Amino acid sequence: MRDLHSALDAAGPQAGRIEDLWWIFFWVCTAVFALVLIALLAAVLHRRREELRRVDGGERSLTRAVGGATAISAIILIGLLIASVSTGRAVLSQPPSDALTIEVVGHQWWWEINYEDPVPSRRFSTANEIHIPVGRPIRVKTRSTDVIHSFWVPSLHGKRDLIPGHPSETWLQADRAGVFRGPCAEFCGAQHANMHLLVVAEPPAAFEAWRQAQLQPAPPPATPLQQRGHTVFLSLPCPTCHTIAGTPAGGRIGPDLTHMASRRTLAAGTLPNTKGYLGGWILDPQTQKPGSKMPPVAMKSEDLEALLSYLESLR
Amino acid sequence: MRCERSIRIRCGAVLLLTGLLTGVLLAGCEREERRFRSLPASSVRPEVARMSELQPGPPTTDPAAANPYIKNAPGISDGQQLYIQMNCVGCHFHGGGGIGPPLMDQKWIYGSDPENIFSTIVQGRPNGMPSYRAKLTDDQVWKLVAYVQSLGGLPDQSALPGRPDHLRAKDEGVPLYPKPPLAAPAEHP
Amino acid sequence: MRVAERYEPTVEADAEEARQLRETWKSRGGLIGWLGETDHKKIAGRYIVTAFVFFVLGGLEAALMRFQLARPESGLMGPDLYNQVFTMHGSTMMFLFAVPIMEAVAMYMVPLMIGARAMAFPRLNAYSWYCYVIGGGLLYGAFFLNVGPDTGWFSYVPLSGPEFAPGKRVDIWAQVVTFTELAALAAAVNQIATIFKYRAPGMSLSRMPLFVWSILVTAFMIIFAMPSVMAASSLLALDRLVATHFFNPAEGGDALLWQHLFWFFGHPEVYIIFIPALGMVSTIVAAFTRRKVFGYTAMVLSLVSTGFIGFGLWVHHMFATGLPQLGQSFFTAASMMIAIPSGVQIFCWIATLWSGRPRLAPPLLFVLGFVFIFVIGGLTGVMLASVPLDVQVHDTFFVVAHFHYVLIGGAVFPLLGAIFYWFPKMTGRLLSERLGKWSFWITFLGFNLTFFPMHILGLDGMPRRIYTYRAETGWGDLNLLATAGALVMALGLLLYLINVVSSWRHGAWAGDDPWGGEGLEWSVSSPPPDYNFQHLPTVRSRAPMWEQGPDQPVVVGLRSDRREVLVTRLIDAEPDHRETLPDHAMSPLAVAIATGVTFVGVIFTPWAFPIGIIITGIALIGWFWPRDESRELLEEQP
Repeated sequence: MRDLHSALDAAGPQAGRIEDLWWIFFWVCTAVFALVLIALLAAVLHRRREELRRVDGGERSLTRAVGGATAISAIILIGLLIASVSTGRAVLSQPPSDALTIEVVGHQWWWEINYEDPVPSRRFSTANEIHIPVGRPIRVKTRSTDVIHSFWVPSLHGKRDLIPGHPSETWLQADRAGVFRGPCAEFCGAQHANMHLLVVAEPPAAFEAWRQAQLQPAPPPATPLQQRGHTVFLSLPCPTCHTIAGTPAGGRIGPDLTHMASRRTLAAGTLPNTKGYLGGWILDPQTQKPGSKMPPVAMKSEDLEALLSYLESLR
Repeated sequence: MRCERSIRIRCGAVLLLTGLLTGVLLAGCEREERRFRSLPASSVRPEVARMSELQPGPPTTDPAAANPYIKNAPGISDGQQLYIQMNCVGCHFHGGGGIGPPLMDQKWIYGSDPENIFSTIVQGRPNGMPSYRAKLTDDQVWKLVAYVQSLGGLPDQSALPGRPDHLRAKDEGVPLYPKPPLAAPAEHP
Repeated sequence: MRVAERYEPTVEADAEEARQLRETWKSRGGLIGWLGETDHKKIAGRYIVTAFVFFVLGGLEAALMRFQLARPESGLMGPDLYNQVFTMHGSTMMFLFAVPIMEAVAMYMVPLMIGARAMAFPRLNAYSWYCYVIGGGLLYGAFFLNVGPDTGWFSYVPLSGPEFAPGKRVDIWAQVVTFTELAALAAAVNQIATIFKYRAPGMSLSRMPLFVWSILVTAFMIIFAMPSVMAASSLLALDRLVATHFFNPAEGGDALLWQHLFWFFGHPEVYIIFIPALGMVSTIVAAFTRRKVFGYTAMVLSLVSTGFIGFGLWVHHMFATGLPQLGQSFFTAASMMIAIPSGVQIFCWIATLWSGRPRLAPPLLFVLGFVFIFVIGGLTGVMLASVPLDVQVHDTFFVVAHFHYVLIGGAVFPLLGAIFYWFPKMTGRLLSERLGKWSFWITFLGFNLTFFPMHILGLDGMPRRIYTYRAETGWGDLNLLATAGALVMALGLLLYLINVVSSWRHGAWAGDDPWGGEGLEWSVSSPPPDYNFQHLPTVRSRAPMWEQGPDQPVVVGLRSDRREVLVTRLIDAEPDHRETLPDHAMSPLAVAIATGVTFVGVIFTPWAFPIGIIITGIALIGWFWPRDESRELLEEQP
């Protein structure tokens, strides 16, 4: 399914208000530009009378024209200012009290997502893919662990920078179901280009089902191949950086893999989540995403086969 | 004609300046290389790291395994990040030592050659140094080795990393400046 | 010395004076003569050529970027090289081309336009150029040795801090910034002193050409803006080299501090680039409509208020950082209001065109292209001033489109027109009109093809500073169009360059005043003699060449055996006293080298700073050591 990422294809109230404001600005500015261009062309091309010495009256009428144009410009600008400030107050307000709270933490070059809840047993972590219920406000708390990133889902809202030392908060809402792309919008180093998150807006029932699944620990390996894969995973350097809940793997340096097979992409939107891409990513991440922090890990082919089978079972 | 002479002078000056700067910066080639195609996992593991030159029989010289990151600033910087992430700080602090021995001094219990440090990290040592054999790839260990060597004073000063941004354990979730309580939430749009 | 009522020298006396002046003001030959040059015209000539070399280099970097982005996942460059290339493109264009070229054109033309023989501090011009060359050479030398900066021309921390930008790349960037801004400061100080104190008698502030006003405003802006970025880059260098914590949040520093310091410079910087262009447009419009620009007072007030308001906009670069809304609204209001003085200027030019007799020569074509492109850019700027719109399109290609429209349209097009206009004065030859018109139209078309699609790409979600993108985003077609447009634009600029190079040797001879211009620069030969004016003019009108007759008094009595200049009073330019200027000096080069050793050495060791300061101090003592002529002057005028 193609993910949506246009600011002019709003799927939520904030992006909708901003899009409306955009069209107001666009038409006003187009009209202003057209008038200026017409005046310019007329000034250059109009037929001139023979007397070139302007009498005072000519200068005065030019003065009135310039003054009038300036006054009209000021009035237009004030009007645009009012429209802008009122839209700003609407879209940049505090989140409603029944908002679902998500924490988005920026890392080089992936997104850590923590679903918050007053009850600790209802919190969980995932990476690079956010699911939200349609029609419910979502409070997004932002922070960064290394450099400045920027959380931006064009279809839903404007961006908010993730600045180390300046945790911040914004909120958004999806009014229709869909998959929305959110590229990182502040240059953050070598793989800034490949740091996307996906926001999946789904009906509340589907969201709840997803949330329940995310709260579970990883499903235990079912087949012998998956069991072998589980063993391979624990014997390689993977657990140093990655967590799979319910196993001894508890590393917090890289993305949480507990339900990685339920995500649509790998490596923060860089690759589709299929077996072939996953195998390539594990064996040689530096070809796909040169500069990323994931080191290549060599292993025998049968180990790789088992490992992939296990990872694909982590729904 | 005066134009041509001044053009020649100009070209000469430019070449001279470029040459001088080139000389100054030439040492930077290896320092700045960003190696994204890092070494596969088990390619440069030294088989046995010797701790002493004494051995039975005629003397042999093992070719010392060279640390590929020894002069490489990005590699040493990655090593610094790994040093913090793997919690080497917990025992060795930032080189001054605590529970574990200091890494900034010239006393190396198990040898100061790169392959000795490599083995120490990979094999672990008695009295508390854990083994990182299956926890880190060889490439990552070499970066750590390069960083540890930098703590002890590398010959190439220009590749040394700057200070890390996290000098003390800090909970990243705590805001730097406490914010006033939020105003009452707004209505739904 | 007196202002003569009727000055009628004999032909022999006049020729003898001219011969003496030539002798006194001529440059020394040889390498030493070239290195110790203090003639503002010669230094400005070098400055212009150097700046255009950097323009071409920056353009090549842009071409590389366009080739990379033309197709999704093109693989032409990896991320590391791409990051270096876009950083070099931004740094080159902003630090090494845009500001220096404006200063350089001003360095050449301002003394001629105000009727002065030289600038107030001749050696400072040379120092400025040397610092500029050292900075630019350092940047490009580093780039070719894989140690070029890669964190953007704006170099945000913590990405450019010690932990996330290993090696020396950012250190070199920080010092290049300090150098080039030092060069800009030196030139700006010189401009202010010259414009305030060296104008021909009678050229009160209210009779100054609009271009000179624009340079005056720009120079003041430089003095207030450059120190901010020099402070920022110095703090960054300290963080990186000696473990300070200015930008380290974990130890009480602040990553946002960098952004405030940088953009407090960064926003005025674009007006520093733009305001001289406004002066150029006024000059061209007057000359090619054969009337003075309409609304002189309004034009001057617009320039000054743009300069002032320009310092109150910088937070609009930080609207996505989550600063309080009320504060952001002030910057929205200011960012919109600054459109008003620019609008006033455009309306006045349209009024001038309306009431004059336009002649569609290439300089005026470039001005018409400027209006078209700049108005679009200014209107997208008004959009970006709005916080809700900005939080959608900030850091996307929409912004890239906006600033190229205002910078290329607002600065480069007037610059190309001004070069066309003043080339005859500088070289004595005319550029080809036919080639000029072709180069204009092709550049204009190519520019719009390149940058207009970027507005759409930004609205469609394409962020900036990405080295690649996936095919399913759908951004491929517009990017390909933009790349094709870039090739067309490059062709147009190449035609312009060919025009310049071929006309330099083979162009038609221009004579003193090929265009019938209004300013004093057209009263001297083309190119001007080394001493600019044999008889300093006096002024009683804003358009001296049009409105003053041959009976206008001139200044006589300045010595021709020394480089003597007339210093006048600030407001009304009444003659005040005489000054003798140095003729040839190696001290600017010495101080520049000492400064270079200090700043380049600091990249590698902190010891370079105290040692370098001492060496620079010694070199400065050499600079300020009293000259022989000073003793004579003290005896003459105690």
